[in-house]
Amino acid sequence: MTDKKITMGKTLIKKSSLSISENGLEKKSSSKRLEVLKTYKIYIGGQFPRTESGRYYVPTNAEGKKLANVCLSSRKDFRDAVVAARSAVSGWSGRSAFNRSQILYRMAEMLEGRKAQFIDELILQDSTKAKALKEVNLAIDRLIYYAGWCDKFQQIFSAVNPVASSHFNFSVPEPTGVVSIIAPQGDSLLGLVSVIAPVIAGGNTCVVLASETKPLCSVTFAEVLNSSDLPGGVVNLLTGKVSELASWYVDHMDVNATIYCENDSTIQKMMREKSAMNLKRIIFYDKVKWGTDEGQSPYFIMDTQEIKTTWHPVENIAGAGSSY
Amino acid sequence: MPKTISKKKSNTVKLKFDTTWKYAPAPESKSAATIKPQYDLFINGEWTKPSGGKYFDTINPANEEKLSEIADANATDVDSAVKAARNAYEKVWKKMPAKERAKYIFRISRIIQEKARELAIIESLDGGKPIRESRDFDVPTAANHFFYYAGWADKLEYAFPNRSTEPLGVAGQIIPWNFPLFMAAWKIAPALATGNTVVLKPAETTSLTALKLAEIIQESDLPPGVVNIITGAGATGAAIVNHPDINKIAFTGSTEVGKIIQRAIAGTNKKVTLELGGKAANIIFEDAPIDQAVEGVINGIYFNQGHVCCAGSRLYVQESVAKQVIRKLKDRIESLIVGDPLDKNTDIGAINSRQQLETIHKYIKIGKQEGSEMYESSCALPGKGFWCRPTLFTNVAQSNRIAQEEIFGPVLAILTFRTDDEVIEKANNSPYGLSAGVWTDKGSKIFNMTKRMRAGVIWANTFNKFDPSSPFGGYKESGFGREGGLHGLLPYLNLVG
Amino acid sequence: MPAVKSLYPSPDFSLSPRIDQVGVEERASRFTKRSIKKETKLNGLKLVLNMIDLTTLEGKDTDGKVKQLCYKAMHLHDAYPGLPTVAAICVYPSMVKVAKNALGNSGVKIASVATAFPSGQASRDVKIRDTKYAVANGADEIDMVISRGKFHAGEYNFVFDEIAAIKEASGDARLKVILETGELGTFDKARRASDIAMHAGADFIKTSTGKISPAATMPVTLVMLEAIRDFYYATGKMIGMKPAGGISKSKLALHYLVMVKEVLGEDWLSNEWFRFGASSLANDVLMQIMKEKTGIYQAANYFSVD
Repeated sequence: MTDKKITMGKTLIKKSSLSISENGLEKKSSSKRLEVLKTYKIYIGGQFPRTESGRYYVPTNAEGKKLANVCLSSRKDFRDAVVAARSAVSGWSGRSAFNRSQILYRMAEMLEGRKAQFIDELILQDSTKAKALKEVNLAIDRLIYYAGWCDKFQQIFSAVNPVASSHFNFSVPEPTGVVSIIAPQGDSLLGLVSVIAPVIAGGNTCVVLASETKPLCSVTFAEVLNSSDLPGGVVNLLTGKVSELASWYVDHMDVNATIYCENDSTIQKMMREKSAMNLKRIIFYDKVKWGTDEGQSPYFIMDTQEIKTTWHPVENIAGAGSSY
Repeated sequence: MPKTISKKKSNTVKLKFDTTWKYAPAPESKSAATIKPQYDLFINGEWTKPSGGKYFDTINPANEEKLSEIADANATDVDSAVKAARNAYEKVWKKMPAKERAKYIFRISRIIQEKARELAIIESLDGGKPIRESRDFDVPTAANHFFYYAGWADKLEYAFPNRSTEPLGVAGQIIPWNFPLFMAAWKIAPALATGNTVVLKPAETTSLTALKLAEIIQESDLPPGVVNIITGAGATGAAIVNHPDINKIAFTGSTEVGKIIQRAIAGTNKKVTLELGGKAANIIFEDAPIDQAVEGVINGIYFNQGHVCCAGSRLYVQESVAKQVIRKLKDRIESLIVGDPLDKNTDIGAINSRQQLETIHKYIKIGKQEGSEMYESSCALPGKGFWCRPTLFTNVAQSNRIAQEEIFGPVLAILTFRTDDEVIEKANNSPYGLSAGVWTDKGSKIFNMTKRMRAGVIWANTFNKFDPSSPFGGYKESGFGREGGLHGLLPYLNLVG
Repeated sequence: MPAVKSLYPSPDFSLSPRIDQVGVEERASRFTKRSIKKETKLNGLKLVLNMIDLTTLEGKDTDGKVKQLCYKAMHLHDAYPGLPTVAAICVYPSMVKVAKNALGNSGVKIASVATAFPSGQASRDVKIRDTKYAVANGADEIDMVISRGKFHAGEYNFVFDEIAAIKEASGDARLKVILETGELGTFDKARRASDIAMHAGADFIKTSTGKISPAATMPVTLVMLEAIRDFYYATGKMIGMKPAGGISKSKLALHYLVMVKEVLGEDWLSNEWFRFGASSLANDVLMQIMKEKTGIYQAANYFSVD
């Protein structure tokens, strides 16, 4: 657990309670106690099931060491996740924006509390200690950033429109619904947080495919989500192969938008074609440098919002004049 | 045996609210709250003795008992506070990355939430408002205000198209006694979020929750000097207003003092926002949802003992439904409980001070002399302390003083109207313009009314609703500047092209 | 007592009443902030007990089941003497005779549902005979259902005439009219249905059959209490109120009492004018009474589940 007291610029990190040695799965601790190994499951509807297909794959780090037996999710897992995401839409988008902001802030609190665990996992996945610390800090701060936007982006992007007829006319953003997301492959924690936060800050729910090569943080991040008062189904996290699942992510008729973060042009073309079936919105974040300030902005929120305009008459008594 | 159909005329039919089944006292325990016997000034992150060595008592208006001693800051103390604020601004706060600033403000909000119960109890003890209100409204909304504004700190580049922003520097803030902690939040949160530092003076009768907030600010590790809280009365306030090294004054209080402040800063470069008095018109049309309108009127004038600048103190009811509405109002006030602020069932607490009670009595006398009919509820009043029953006046005319002057108590003036343009004219016929209420089921009428009312906040089919994201402030002599929402950032910033 | 169709001028039922939902819910939630302690709580709990219509309305009800329910109605918890009985038991018409024999002179009334409860989808003739059968077997009170389909189709005269006809068929029995507010959908409609029922001759208006969700809620009950109040002011006639279904906890029942106290006052705070349609509420009230008496939190196994 990190020390809560943050004096300007300095943070105190206590050592992680998980003594994962440098050898990855081969545990060699100095005491005689045998470590309990973590099972990496997927996250659907607020629960942690295994993949219904029973399959697994074993990602390795740059030196070829095995990271874990990770669920190789199937199209049926994706289907179930979309059902969970859809049923969570009305509850999540129906909450007050302020309530959403409190929940995103709580996610930051939970992530801050588990910093050491994430640093260890990032190091296992080829990061250095300094880079890992930077990445985790940025991920926490990014959650707080988007927590702050939940109840403010509306004020920037809405409008009262001065129509020429005697009507009160206003335009507001509304969440598009269920968003399927193929998360960035590198930046396995920061990239994940950077695509999820704006989507849910805007009131949408999502089904996310974690980085294929670096999936550990995403599953642990699901645990953070689960302990943050975030309702089940708002974020669903799968692990598996992009090549297998990409087309399922993009042609599901009950998904309103798809986000893809890599620059494989074959996949991009396929997505554009298949999305035509229900005209889902296609969003590519292939050029974003997640590690910089460029990786966060309210425009990411607006990418998954629709604009609704409403008209209502204004009767004219005690004064001349048309619209509001 | 079922009652036979009575041949009673409907005007002799009466409901009896003084029932055999009565509410037993339900006192909130004071043990969750700690009040020190004496408080000093919070300057530069530390508790400092007042340089004049003077303290004054603060009492509980429900029983006139002393709660604590509050330091009286003189001009020297004000100067120390402003120096601390200036130093913190130049050396620390101005240079800190915005997102780090935000995190301090988030912390303050979270700690307020953790200490909510203690703050609510102290608020009720010090000011007289019912514990239910402190607990359910004042404290949570104060916490929410810090939370909302914390989020703006690192997003100012988006708030004003084609402009970048600069903080003003040091803000001097003076707040009233009707919502002590809530007003402190309204002032401090946007100031900090926009990068300014603060010298705040709470009202002399209700300083305790601001001082508790100082303890919370200390606990949050906010750099010393960023927020300074100094207590005192009018002279302390004047010293703040007149201090040459303050860039901005924010004042909430009476129109009279607001005008004094505006004169005092003439010829200086100080920016100012004023949130002053009001005499809000609450308008019920014949096609209103009547029962909900009655409830809205009740909330509008009796909530917080009527000590609300935006209180709906003038009711304009369309003549065709006047009798019905007045009867319902009279029934409704019978179930309002005036009592010990710490009793969880109290609806209307103590009047904040002896002076305020005298002012209210003065207006009630004037109302009777002017020929209006006074009606008050029949509830019991406690012995010691300052109390006033919910009161309403019928047959009030536009030219009566009770329809024009702010009473700041649980007294409602009821006037009738016949047509839409008549009520628009009468509602606007006031030097004040803080808020207004409109009750009608018809959408197009709502928007016509909200468009015509010359007031800064219009409540349609509701009243007394506040949200950190919703701008609040007045027209005309109710002041200028907005607090809350995106617009609430402007008063604390310079926009740079 | 003959049905009273034209004693007072009826409002125009085709005009929708104006009820603001947000305002109603705010007012209703205010009642839940009242703190009910000590003797207020104990007296309130006893009042709640005495206002319960202990109910069994299942396809699988038998003579034996109803007899046991009647015993419970008269002997809620003999371990604590001095408790009141419930107000009534509420059963299907076919069980009225059994209940009458079981209840004897205990003072507990027999309420019978009727008129093709719960759907109300049957002919006028069937509904009248259903009612008369229950009354003939000894029902003191009739709980009828309105025709929601006709209501939604705008046939308010039909709804009105039906209530008046059932009132006539009820003879001396008091008539409760169930609006089934969960099927009406909005507070405007609940108010309109309340007004129709009262003008057509209802002695009580009742929220629900308890067979669908939502059943009784505080906001819809508030709307109905205000309808009763306005009717009382217009005519001088008292009408009773019965929220039914979904009230299984004492705390909630006490909130309802607060609402009755602050909207209608003293005269309605008795089982002659206010009832709770409930089954498991009684045991929760008993547990709370025992907690008040002993200071110890209770467990369900110490109270009979009939």
